[in-house]
Parts: sequence; structure tokens; C-alpha cells
Amino acid sequence: MTGLQDRLTPEQVEEFGREMDEIRQRLVADLGKEDVDYIQNLIKTQRALEVTGRGLLFAGFFPPAWMAGVAALSVAKILDNMEIGHNVMHGQYDWTRIPALSSQKFEWDNVAPAQNWRHSHNYIHHTYTNILDKDRDIGYGILRIDPAQKWHPYYLGNPAYASVLAFIFQWGVMLHDLEFDRIAKGERTWADTKEVGANMLRKAARQVGKDYVLFPLLTGPLAPLTLLGNATANMSRNLWAFAIIFCGHFPADVESFTEEETENETRGQWYLRQILGSANITGGKLFHIMSGNLSHQIEHHLFPDIPARRYPQIAEEIRASCAKYGLPYHAGPLHKQLFSVAKKLVKLALPWNGEPSDPKPTTLERDKDLAAA
Amino acid sequence: MTALVPRAARRRAGQLASFAEALLTPHGVDRYLELLDPMLVRKEIRGVVTEVRRQAADTVTLTIRPSRAWRGFTAGQYVRVSVHIDGVRRTRCYSPACSQYRTDGLLELTIKADPHGLVSSYLYANAERGMVLELSQPDGAFTMPANRPHGVLLISGGSGITPVISMLRTLVDEGHGGPITFLHYANTADDVLYRDELAELAATHPGLRVAFGYTHEHTGGDLHGFFGTEHLHAVAPWYRDAETYLCGPTPLMDAVRTVFDTAGLSEQLHTEEFAPPPLQLDTGNATGQVRFTHSGAETANSGRPLLEQAEEAGLRPEHGCRMGICFSCTKVKATGCVRDARSGELSTEENEEIQLCISVPVGDVEINC
Repeated sequence: MTGLQDRLTPEQVEEFGREMDEIRQRLVADLGKEDVDYIQNLIKTQRALEVTGRGLLFAGFFPPAWMAGVAALSVAKILDNMEIGHNVMHGQYDWTRIPALSSQKFEWDNVAPAQNWRHSHNYIHHTYTNILDKDRDIGYGILRIDPAQKWHPYYLGNPAYASVLAFIFQWGVMLHDLEFDRIAKGERTWADTKEVGANMLRKAARQVGKDYVLFPLLTGPLAPLTLLGNATANMSRNLWAFAIIFCGHFPADVESFTEEETENETRGQWYLRQILGSANITGGKLFHIMSGNLSHQIEHHLFPDIPARRYPQIAEEIRASCAKYGLPYHAGPLHKQLFSVAKKLVKLALPWNGEPSDPKPTTLERDKDLAAA
Repeated sequence: MTALVPRAARRRAGQLASFAEALLTPHGVDRYLELLDPMLVRKEIRGVVTEVRRQAADTVTLTIRPSRAWRGFTAGQYVRVSVHIDGVRRTRCYSPACSQYRTDGLLELTIKADPHGLVSSYLYANAERGMVLELSQPDGAFTMPANRPHGVLLISGGSGITPVISMLRTLVDEGHGGPITFLHYANTADDVLYRDELAELAATHPGLRVAFGYTHEHTGGDLHGFFGTEHLHAVAPWYRDAETYLCGPTPLMDAVRTVFDTAGLSEQLHTEEFAPPPLQLDTGNATGQVRFTHSGAETANSGRPLLEQAEEAGLRPEHGCRMGICFSCTKVKATGCVRDARSGELSTEENEEIQLCISVPVGDVEINC
């Protein structure tokens, strides 16, 4: 695979980094009331959909009401987790000092506790993006999604595991923080999981309590229908979040990196890695909102703490910058990206570890001796 | 009032509230109620402005009806008031000026617009009936003991009048038996706040003497020029046997403190600082590394307050007043030693809570932030 260092000369990398920093500075200086109004309105919409959805399930004996209720609740959970929760918990609105928009205080409508998730996602995944053995989001410790991951007969079930994970994604995200794979390898002990484990139990109990006990009981004889409705809404959100997130880093042309090539990385190199390791999904405005603007995965990885509504505003500029430096800017429609991920999951179930279509160095050849040294 | 509600009914209301919280987890009931009406919140405190009065050129007096979680205050305390300005929530502390016994449950805040003050200027320009502010429970130790002193001397200057007029109104409501002198300083007669109210109080309460000192005028007041012992002798000759409560601009505070210290009465002088005392910073001799454990950020100690160092390291810790009074920026110091830049006091224990805005690292420190 083409090394990270082979793409551009060191000067070019730093120049590119400066361009990214400038965009960042401009965005930060421009943050204001519009950004707050946007997220507050979105929260209003989400709460209204949630209340409507829950309300309609009280009339769940009437099939159209049940279906509309489930639809409203599904969209509410998707908005809560993605455009609101994921982004607020990234600290995108911490500058507002509004407690309800504070990354340290926000909890999402999801069994994964915010505190655990912030560590594994904001810190581990966003810092070590796509570095093998460092970024635990590469295959989530259960899938083989990169040819550089060593094959094991366990991976024969790759497509099956992925399909199951898609349906129970919120539980997968929650259990991810136990780092079960590392416990199995002896890198971590059960005792290390005590605090994250306790957080999980507490959070999961509350989530299960409302969706599968309290709201069903409130609807009396309709309890089974309500339970089914809530489960369907949770599942819809699971499938959607799985699809969006798997298209962010796993399509075929997205690259991964080794610890050696990312040692002592400069800021410019870090930016470069974020671009090469992420992929956007193309679509309309509503699609971007429903994806939490993770459809702008590249922009999100460059500036994870800038309000996501800003990503579409800078996408063209980032794309132009990439073109200028001969860097790829991965993007494709959802169906295409999903198909690419699915193909990869099936291929990598087998011992095959051939290089994916190896991207050639697209700019100046760097002194190979220097890279080898 | 709560005593009138039967215990069983209260318990039922409590159960209902926790049931609602369980249904609306993880966001909680307030996050839904506030969308219907910000004043419906149950746990947080909001206040709706019911009346706006501008009693002097640069001052606005707000009457505020607090939401249900408000538990009342003690005269002399302050509340944290938050407003959203250009998307950012800004918090400042203001002392209510009303009696703590005000029967309609309303709260009165008088705010002087500081030309450099973001929040005070904003409130002065924008306050109107129906505006909703975010409030905190009251805080502060500038209060009179429950066993009231016999003689009470209240000294204030400018907008520092608010906590002491609250004390005065409270004492009047209590029908205080001892002598009270209310000594207030303003630049000129036009700058006096609460003139009519004070005159009314003096007329109805026999033991009360209200005296105005004008620092920039030679006639028209009870006293003229800056504070001195002669002013004390003129309006409260019994001050040695009284408890004195003081709030005002720094020069007034310093002058009164000097007189009381010299007279050996510093124990009987109680003060509230509106203007923060200057921080003692020594940036030349700063040593050590500052590590913010949650974010992983690390920086060489610059000798500036930790809040500034955190911000320079790219963090955005929650904060309010930036002068050590609102406790919004309180964080746990995991290890190391910090100095309170106001008092010079050292915090050396592990896992101690510190205020970032007034704490300066002494050597290596680790902050959970």
C-alpha cells in the first residue's frame, strides 16, 4: 500500500495543513446565534416527533397510527443519536456554554453511555483514525474489514456478524467499550471494565425501562404492540446508523495506516490521514441531516468539534484543496458505498489479503531512500 | 406554604415526577417542558421579567418572577443570572435588592450598565417584560446573623447598594428595634438609586437614618466628598458597637477597611466585593507542566490562571464570572499544588475541587478537565 508519507513532500503536507487550519479559524470566528438556533430548532423537531410517535402508539390498535408512530419515533431516535447526540457530544456546541448542549452533560437516547462513548469515539477513533491496532473502530474488534488484519477462521462468519451487528447496533456500540476482544487477548482484565460496565448497566436499564416496560405498560392492553413499536424504532435507528457509519471509513478505496508511518505525526500529516481515511456519502439536504452530517465524514474528521451544519458549507473548498494536492476525496451515493462495504466484508471472510486497488502516489515522488530510512 | 399541602399528596406528586423522569430519560422532563414554556421547568430555575424600570441614566431595575424550584434567598446573597448573547450563554452574579420576605415572591435586581460589561449592557438595552432569564439558587456568605445585631451600619456606593438595601428592607420588615444607619455614596444627587424608597423607609421606620454622601458635589447631600472617619461620626457615632455591612467600588471598600482596621474593628466589618480583587500573578517564575487529564492536553505552566491556560491549550471549560465568585469553572485537581491568586492560599491536597479562573499552578499539576 502506498505509505502515508509518500503522497506529498513534507512542505506540501504542512502547506496543506495550513490551508485546513485557515478554514478552521474562519469557521470558529463565524460561530454564533445561527448555529445555536439551528440545533435548538432541530432539538424541538426531534422532541415533537418523539412525543408524537409515543402518542400515536396509544392508538396502536389502528395499524396506520401504529405505523406512523413507529416512523415518527424512528426518525426521532435517529435525529437524537446523529445530528444532535453525536455532534453535541463531540463538543461542537461547548462554546455556547449552554448546559443542555454541553458535551460533558449530554446523554443520548441510546443504550451506550455518553461517557464511555466519548472516550472510545472522540479520543481513540478521532485521534488514531484508521491506524491498525490503534483505532478500535476498524472492524470494532469483531469484524475483518481491512486486508491488513490477520485472517483467522473466526472471520469466516464476517458477513453474518456484520448483519447481526446492523440489527443490534446500539448494543454493539455499548459493548464495544468493554473491549472484549482485548480481554480475550489478555491485554485488558475484567477488573479494568468495572467503571464502564457499571455505566452500561445503569444506562441500559433506564433505556430498556422506558422503551420495553414503562411505555408499553402505560398503553395497557396494547402493551405488546407498543413494545413491538419501540423495538422497531430502535431497530430502524440501528440499521440506519450502521449503514451511515460503515460507509464512513470502510468503502474499498478508503485507506488504513500503520503505527510506524504515523509516529511523530505533524498536524498537517494528521489532517492528511483524516482525508485519506474517510469517505463522504452524497445526497440531498434531508439526507445529510438524517445522517448527522456524517455524510460529510471527511469534513467531520478534519474538524470534529465544529458544528456539523457547517460541513456542507466547506465541502467544496476541501474538495478543491484535495484536487490541488492530488489527494483523493472519497465520495459516493449510499447504495454504492454500502455495496462496496458489503463486498469487502464478504471478501475478507476468506484468507485473502491482497492489496485493494493500490492507489499510486498521486503527486511528487518523495525520496524513497528517505522514506525507507 | 408546603406545610399546608398534605404529606400524602406531596409524596404522590414526587412519585409522579420521578415516573415522568423515567419516561423521558435520558433528557429529563425539563428539556420537554421548556419547549412548551421556559417557565414550566421543574428542576432548573428561570425567571420571567414582570417589570422594567430605569431609575438612573445607566441603570435598569428588573422585577422577576422565579420558577417553582426557587427556594428564596437571604438578604445580602447573590444569584447567578444567565442570558444568551449571540448564541453564547453568559453568566453574571447580581444581588437581589428586595427584602427576603417580599410577600409576592418576586425578585428585584438592579443592574448598572458597565460600558465594558457584556451582560449588564445587554440587560440594560434589551430587558423587557416577558424576557426569561436563567437563574441559580442564591449563594454567598455576605449575610447578617440570624440573631440580629442591635446596631446595624450599612455602607454602600453606586450599584453596591443592592445587597445592603436588601438587608435594610429585611430589617424594616422584621421591625428591627436597634439603630440602623444607611450610608450611601453616589457621584451626584442624580446618581442615587432608590431615593424614594429609602425616604419612604426612613419615614416609616423610626430607628432608621438614611444619609447620602455625594463624592462629586459640595452641596445638597448629607455628606460630601469621599468616606472618612468624620462621616462615621456624623451619621453613626455608635458604629463601634454595631455590625457594619459594606459593598461598593474598590476605593470606598479600601477607605472603610482602613478606618475599621485602625480602630481595631475589622471583626465587625463585613464586605461583599463586586469588583474582584486584583489577582497576584507571577508569570516570570512559573514552573512545571499543566496536564488536563480528560482531554489529554498538556502545556507548560505560564503562571496565568488555569482557565486561561486551558483555553490556550484549546479547551473550552465551562465558566462564568472569571473572577472566582460563581464557581461555574470548578474542577477537580487530581495532583499538584495551586495557588488562589486572590488570597495566595495554597491547595496541596489531591482530588481537591478548585476554581480554574483564580487558581494558578505551582509546579506540575493535573486537572480533571
